Amino acid sequence: MGEKKTPYAIEIDHVFFSYGQRDVLQDIHLKISEGSFLALVGPNGSGKSTLIKCILGLLTLQKGSIKLFGQSIKKFHEWNQIGFVSQKANSFNSGFPATVFEVVSMGLYGKIGLFRFLTKRHKEKVKEAIKQVGMEEYMNQNIGELSGGQQQRVFIARALVSEPRLLILDEPTVGVDAKSVQNFYNMLRKLNTEKKITLILVTHDVGAVTEYITDVACLNKCLHFHGDTHEFEEKQDEMMSTMYGHDVRVITHNHDHDHHDHFHDHDGSDLR
Amino acid sequence: MISVFFQYDFLTYSLYTGLMIGFLAPFIGVFLVVRRLSLISDALSHITLSGVAFSLLLGRYYPFFAGLNPIYMGMAFSVSGALFIDRLRNVYQYYKELAIPIILSAGIGIGVVFISLANGFNNDLFQYLFGSVVAIRQSDFQIVSIITIVVLLLFILFYKEWFYLSFDEEQAVVSGIPRKPLHFLFMIIVALVIAVSMRVVGILLVSSLMTLPVAAALRLAKGFKQMFIYAVIFGEISVIFGLISAFHLDTAPGGTIVIINILILLFAILFSKYRRA
Ligand SMILES: Nc1ncnc2c1ncn2[C@@H]1O[C@H](COP(=O)(O)OP(=O)(O)OP(=O)(O)O)[C@@H](O)[C@H]1O
Ligand SMILES: [Mg+2]
Repeated sequence: MGEKKTPYAIEIDHVFFSYGQRDVLQDIHLKISEGSFLALVGPNGSGKSTLIKCILGLLTLQKGSIKLFGQSIKKFHEWNQIGFVSQKANSFNSGFPATVFEVVSMGLYGKIGLFRFLTKRHKEKVKEAIKQVGMEEYMNQNIGELSGGQQQRVFIARALVSEPRLLILDEPTVGVDAKSVQNFYNMLRKLNTEKKITLILVTHDVGAVTEYITDVACLNKCLHFHGDTHEFEEKQDEMMSTMYGHDVRVITHNHDHDHHDHFHDHDGSDLR
Repeated sequence: MISVFFQYDFLTYSLYTGLMIGFLAPFIGVFLVVRRLSLISDALSHITLSGVAFSLLLGRYYPFFAGLNPIYMGMAFSVSGALFIDRLRNVYQYYKELAIPIILSAGIGIGVVFISLANGFNNDLFQYLFGSVVAIRQSDFQIVSIITIVVLLLFILFYKEWFYLSFDEEQAVVSGIPRKPLHFLFMIIVALVIAVSMRVVGILLVSSLMTLPVAAALRLAKGFKQMFIYAVIFGEISVIFGLISAFHLDTAPGGTIVIINILILLFAILFSKYRRA
């Protein structure tokens, strides 16, 4: 479909974005290879969600360009190849009368297309995706009757059900318990290695994901770092302190010298 | 009791028209309620009032309008009102609900001016305000039939898209669902359903038939599809009782419809409390 062959799932070139007067993204260059598993990190308000929304075409760029699978997002049509779990997935209208099954099947609507209906095969896929996140007991419950973490799993199932080539997750594990988080990351790794799905994971906790990811990008208005996990581990102390403005170390969970440093509050200004 | 409705043609029309409206109003109401837009029905019904009043006023001077069913003008006003509301909701991004009082007061204001110009209230207008069984004509029946068919067809075609857009607009857009045309279509349908519903329920009470059955359904339904089933059943019950009592007791049907809906709602609330306990 006129798609140029490129090794990149996403090419972000010279991108600027501001909400009114507030500059949020400045001159971002970032190329994400197909098949990689990227962690996107940065302090609150650093523009991570904004960048994601630009990639998804929900916000219009003031400057620069973004390509998905070699095609400019302005001309991109295959949105069903892209799965997305938004950061505020649990701030949807929580009284909405829809069952888990109904919510997950929404993930197929874009793929099925206009004027067509869910077939039996589609329904099987929906059930499979629900099983994948361990929510099969709740299939016919209303989404509003679930806990926050359970809702989050349902939204993840919705993103998975269409078997996307690129899956973007904006802090998907907020409110999910520790054991489920481990399972969840394992599932993501499986998707990445076995199904070759490109993954972007926005997170505040790189330490928890270092063993799963392949690349890291650090954002705070500008892109401060992009490289593979090894490079990141070498530079992370320096990186984190320039980005967060304090001496903050990443807590690597599987090491025994656990620090209990917290990410200190900061006002987001003068960090460069 | 209901058999009398089959003895006279005009009553048969009103029964069928009522049944269709008992279906249409709660059906569309489901989408309005879950999108937190239920007040739009109030705003649009008042705009419909000004359209009807305008048509009645023109009827005084031009024989063409005297012969024309005022519902057409009501529909035209309602559709333009819906498009205005949409515009205003974009202008006031952060105060979207403002659009509703603006259009609502515009509707009453303009309506009152037209009514005064037409020399005040008369029996006709009363029927539009509170609904009527005997005033329903064959042409009303035809309009409502057409709209019912159109709504059903569009609904079958776009159910999944409207469902997704109502649940989570951002995600729906990301997955490639064309929001703007579908939203536009939806607003027009809403406007038309409100305009035709006023014949039976009356302008002042249209919103009740769109929201009360849905409010009751919300207490009971598991899933979105069940919402429609419950809402339509409740809507139909209220309309049938409304029409029967309107004919036998000579009351305006709108009032009875609202009372029955409120009773159903109370039962639904009590029942769901009991079930959860
Ligand atoms: N809709 C909006 N209108 C105006 N400003 C906004 C809007 N959304 C975000 N911003 C501003 O843009 C900046 C970046 O926000 P963004 O949501 O992208 O940050 P983030 O990196 O995702 O933060 P978090 O870690 O808290 O999720 C913030 O300063 C925020 O105040
Ligand atoms: Mg964010």
